[in-house]
Amino acid sequence: MSSEDAQQDATARPGGGRTVRVVLVDDHRMFRTGVQAEIGETARTGVEVVGEAADVDQAVTVITATRPEVVLLDVHLPGGGGVEVLRRCAALSADAERPVRFLALSVSDAAEDVIGVIRGGARGYVTKTITGTDLVDAIFRVADGDAVFSPRLAGFVLDAFASTDAPPVDEDLDRLTQREREVLRLIARGYAYKEIAKQLFISVKTVESHVSAVLRKLQLSNRHELTRWAAARRLV
Amino acid sequence: MTTAPPRAEPGYAPAPDPDDPPVRKLYRSADGRLLGGVARGLAGHLGLPVSWVRIVFVALFMADGMGALLYAAFWFFVPLGIGGVEHRQPAAGDGGKRRRLARKPDKGQVFALIALLIGASVIASRFQLGQANGYLWPVLLIGAGVALVWRQADNSRRAQWLELGRRKALLPVLRGAAGVLLVCIGVTGIVVLQGSVRHLGSVLQAALAVVVGIALLAGPYLVRMMQDLSEERLMRIRAQERAEVAAHVHDSVLHTLTLIQRNADDPREVARLARAQERELRAWLYKPEGRGKDEDEEPTTLAEAVRKAAAEVEDHHGVPIEVVVVGDCPLDEPLGAQMQAAREAMVNAAKYGGEGGAVQVFAEVEGRSVFVSVRDRGPGFDLDAVPADRMGVRESIIGRMERNGGTARLRPAPDGGTVVELEMERAAAEQGT
Repeated sequence: MSSEDAQQDATARPGGGRTVRVVLVDDHRMFRTGVQAEIGETARTGVEVVGEAADVDQAVTVITATRPEVVLLDVHLPGGGGVEVLRRCAALSADAERPVRFLALSVSDAAEDVIGVIRGGARGYVTKTITGTDLVDAIFRVADGDAVFSPRLAGFVLDAFASTDAPPVDEDLDRLTQREREVLRLIARGYAYKEIAKQLFISVKTVESHVSAVLRKLQLSNRHELTRWAAARRLV
Repeated sequence: MTTAPPRAEPGYAPAPDPDDPPVRKLYRSADGRLLGGVARGLAGHLGLPVSWVRIVFVALFMADGMGALLYAAFWFFVPLGIGGVEHRQPAAGDGGKRRRLARKPDKGQVFALIALLIGASVIASRFQLGQANGYLWPVLLIGAGVALVWRQADNSRRAQWLELGRRKALLPVLRGAAGVLLVCIGVTGIVVLQGSVRHLGSVLQAALAVVVGIALLAGPYLVRMMQDLSEERLMRIRAQERAEVAAHVHDSVLHTLTLIQRNADDPREVARLARAQERELRAWLYKPEGRGKDEDEEPTTLAEAVRKAAAEVEDHHGVPIEVVVVGDCPLDEPLGAQMQAAREAMVNAAKYGGEGGAVQVFAEVEGRSVFVSVRDRGPGFDLDAVPADRMGVRESIIGRMERNGGTARLRPAPDGGTVVELEMERAAAEQGT
């Protein structure tokens, strides 16, 4: 985020914001064109689309070459799907200096797709029905290191954590706090982060940190545990 | 089948003509058979009464067991059939006045059995039971065992067609075991009669060694063949599934797309069509097998009820409704009332608040209570400003909830719009789920 291009562009746009460099990964050319048209107007939105890819191999190449801040990642891709892209770019997203962050953007809101890419390391999940403004908002949020959930995703997470007869596996994991659950519930009810902040009398930053905590807890400590966790709730 | 006697009409009624004529293939009869259904099948094929064929077989049996060999050969090589034989059966039986009865042995069968017994006793007397020819009993035992096992194989095949294999799982096993036992006893009998009991151990060892050797040699091929077979079956099932999906997608999606093209200048209608199609496709793709694929049945659980209500309101008012359901529970009476209240709230939201965007519905089952919220992004709503004679909200939402022991709250949403929150305790009896 502290990249030079961001600072260069800072004065070019009203609002004094910065520019986020984005790569679009989707196998439907029409959809890429649509998204490009909706958010690609850098002067207005602050989003600069620096690359596009249609399958896993292309995506890895483009992402490595351009080093964007955010990748809009389709879940269903030829060559292994979004999860495979996440796996092969793990080194890039773990980079402390200029991390590449992934925002899953999918037409599917099936539980296994959602949980799959979140487990793979995506920092958010929005469905393709999202409006252009909300998408831009989500991109900036992810670029800042926060997590973005769609209402459906919040519903899945609540469903998974709220089950009262949880198997013993869960006991050593930290469960969601009351506040985190409240935040998730409001997301599931379709509230924007700003609205949640107003409703709970907390700042937007606090809401975001709650959501990030949920994401951290969702990823659990190791893959093995997560597999069992997800299987126990029939999410995978 | 225009030449069929009029008596046979009812039997033919369901089958259209073109089915019948060309190739009359020989099948063994699966219905009303005594042993392998060979005689019955032959009779059907040749158009003779069954008893005649049976008598011929028994007579041939007298001639040094020729009939038995012939019968066994037929049994071995001729496949078992239902349809083909069924069709010809009445024609064959109609010459006489016999009607086929399902299970009860009819006159012909009794007669055949008696003839068989007589024939057996004749043979037995000829061989002077058990003295001159010691091999007779073991051979008979082996024959009976083989017949039992073969017939069992036929039965299991038939059960596959009729899909009643699961009903009595024990009986077939018992029958198979009995057959194997009979054969074993027979073989042992022959060995004993030969007076080579001393060698029994070594013979058994040698036999075992040969069997193991053959198994070792043929095993890999057999296993491979089985795997190939099951793989092929899997592929076929997949192909079928794919064809079904393709057919469904073709029908409903192309239909909707056509409608959308026609209504291209009416954005509301287009949106409505697209949403309805999306919902249907999702239900079809993601719902578990056999559940909710056709939407007609009444919902029995909360989640289904919420989704159904939302889908109906969405179709009716053309406003997208996003539904998130957390948890699920069976629907009881108070919850039914809550669903109706929620539906009313959705209708209101769609009617008056639908301009601002999608209506959001959230339902959660949380321990003992069920919470439903309906939120729109419309211009907002003030309950006190509504004239006292308008009962929509007061009666069908608030009143209904309170009558059933729940609560309803209406309040403005933070950024414009209205939230309706409905809360209801579940009946105590439902706690187990």
